[in-house]
Amino acid sequence: MDIHEYQAKELLRQFNIATPDGRVARNAAEAATITREFGGQSVVKAQIHAGGRGKGGGVKFARTPEQAAELFDQISGMTLVTKQTGPEGRKVRTVYIAQPIDIASELYLSLLVDRGSARVAVLASSEGGVEIEEVAARTPEKIVKVDIHPGLGLAGYQVREVALALGLKGETLKQAAPFLRNLYRLFVDKDCSMVEINPLVVTAQGDLTALDAKIGFDDNALFRHPEIQAYRDRSEEAPTETEASSFGLNFIKLDGDIGCMVNGAGLAMATMDIIKLHGRTPANFLDVGGGASEDAVKNAFRIILQDPGVKAVLVNIFGGIMRCDIVARGIVNASREIGIKVPVVARLEGTNVEEGKRILQESGLKIQVGADLEDAAAKVAAAVP
Amino acid sequence: MSILVGNDTRLIVQGITGQEGLFHAKGCRDYGTQVVGGVTPGKGGTEVEGFPVFDSVREARAQTGANTSLIFVPPFAAADAIVEAAAAGIELVVCITEGIPILDMVRVKHFLTDFPGTRLIGPNCPGVISPGKAKVGIMPGRIHQPGHVGIVSRSGTLTYEAVGQLTALGIGQSTGVGIGGDPVNGTSFIDVLELFQADPDTHAIIMVGEIGGAAEEAAADYIKAHVTKPVVAFIAGQSAPPGRRMGHAGAIISGGKGTAAAKMEALQAAGITVVASPAEMGRAMAGLLKKA
Repeated sequence: MDIHEYQAKELLRQFNIATPDGRVARNAAEAATITREFGGQSVVKAQIHAGGRGKGGGVKFARTPEQAAELFDQISGMTLVTKQTGPEGRKVRTVYIAQPIDIASELYLSLLVDRGSARVAVLASSEGGVEIEEVAARTPEKIVKVDIHPGLGLAGYQVREVALALGLKGETLKQAAPFLRNLYRLFVDKDCSMVEINPLVVTAQGDLTALDAKIGFDDNALFRHPEIQAYRDRSEEAPTETEASSFGLNFIKLDGDIGCMVNGAGLAMATMDIIKLHGRTPANFLDVGGGASEDAVKNAFRIILQDPGVKAVLVNIFGGIMRCDIVARGIVNASREIGIKVPVVARLEGTNVEEGKRILQESGLKIQVGADLEDAAAKVAAAVP
Repeated sequence: MSILVGNDTRLIVQGITGQEGLFHAKGCRDYGTQVVGGVTPGKGGTEVEGFPVFDSVREARAQTGANTSLIFVPPFAAADAIVEAAAAGIELVVCITEGIPILDMVRVKHFLTDFPGTRLIGPNCPGVISPGKAKVGIMPGRIHQPGHVGIVSRSGTLTYEAVGQLTALGIGQSTGVGIGGDPVNGTSFIDVLELFQADPDTHAIIMVGEIGGAAEEAAADYIKAHVTKPVVAFIAGQSAPPGRRMGHAGAIISGGKGTAAAKMEALQAAGITVVASPAEMGRAMAGLLKKA
């Protein structure tokens, strides 16, 4: 789960990590008031769950309170298109007003779970304010990575290693240890999947501060963090995906024309791949899970068919826990209730497969049965006009 | 022979009184696995479906001589179930549970370094099967056939697909291992490849990977240096968009890393037969076995 910058900064403050002052403005007048409190100048920042906001025109400097009000009106409600939003962009529903600071240098700092070492790792670079992927491609030697021991935590020598890589000196260097330790504490206490401070700034006064902050959380750990769940902004999520997850379905909308319903994530990806190899493109990823009920299958169908781009549907079920007769009954009931108008190809394998096929064939519905994965993929590709 | 599970397996099921745990305990027993009991704290001394239930893994092991454990404990308690099994001296711990917090697994991995005698498979996996000998997992036993192809995979149902194709072609399997779809897991591709290479009963290997991480690339290097048996590989997610988590917690292309293309290229460069289509895994293996 992702959260907004203003929420991330709230968390930073809770963990005593320095970040410039700022507040959410609900309207233009508030934007002006807050700017006045900050001494007459501010940074007006669009809040969406995507990076590249500055380049997309979602972050602007206000020289006066009046200008902050104008910028608020400009940014609030705009559709912000950035590198990460896709061409459709995101509507800006929240605007954050931040106190400007004098920047001496911009650095990069992030924490994540490193899969290779199975540990939380710190990534640090003296090249801040640009995407870390760019730095990694151009000057990988400027990135330092430190794996944190799960028992010991961040060791003193590791703090110094990071600080050195960041080029910190004197008084600023002394701030590095609490800054990093608090950040690690935040990461572990709140079950983060990623904390990215980009840029981390050394101010003209020599203080470390988090100018921007992006925090993501481990969805699997949200059950023990009601306070983090409260940060959830459903308007940032695709509505069909949220709906699907409420039925225990894992659904991701894609751009193609073949809807797919599969059990298991790996097989669902493989099914998308074989559709592509047959010259079509998948309209979605959908994993109905191991023990999907008849109802789940019905809902899966409904969600797939909400997409007007779907020209045919491929059902690929390899029953382990899942019984093919239940899937077949779900398909038949869904077809009757929703009135499926596009061709459907079903490939069922596993427990009670014969009964599943019989149910499909005796339903009187125009459902083609695929003999195997290859046959089913060929049939669904051929079914598209 | 075979690897990890076989005729010597003495299995207990952690979470045996839960619906899923009991269902699959019976499934493993029906397949022929020696299921010697189960654990549910608070229900020790009772019996379900002929399985004795114990309060702790330590007690279960002392009473039954169990050497293997299969875990169906819900995500919030699963990490604890794993470390309990390790501390009790269980040699093979197979964790089916999906949805364990990743930082729990980071701590579990660290804990397990104190127990070199314990191997963890999973979590978020279908388990391990040595056809005709023992099943320790949730896979459908009847699609398998005893034989000499080892399978290692990050996926569940896609593994069944590979097995189904082999069996349809009359090619049997030595052992099938699902290592799980989580980003931090107990056993890696390399660990299983090492076991298959050392197993005289395994003549060839199918490796099923997917997008995310760099485990397939590491496996490619390992195979090139240490594996002499023929390997067929498939990577799921060739058509997956970057930045989206494709069902499995570990299946995500992030920062341009972990793409199927990069993994396929690394495997090909290591001399491995890489199939683009998931429908070709069985046929490609048949082709390699004919050549051998």
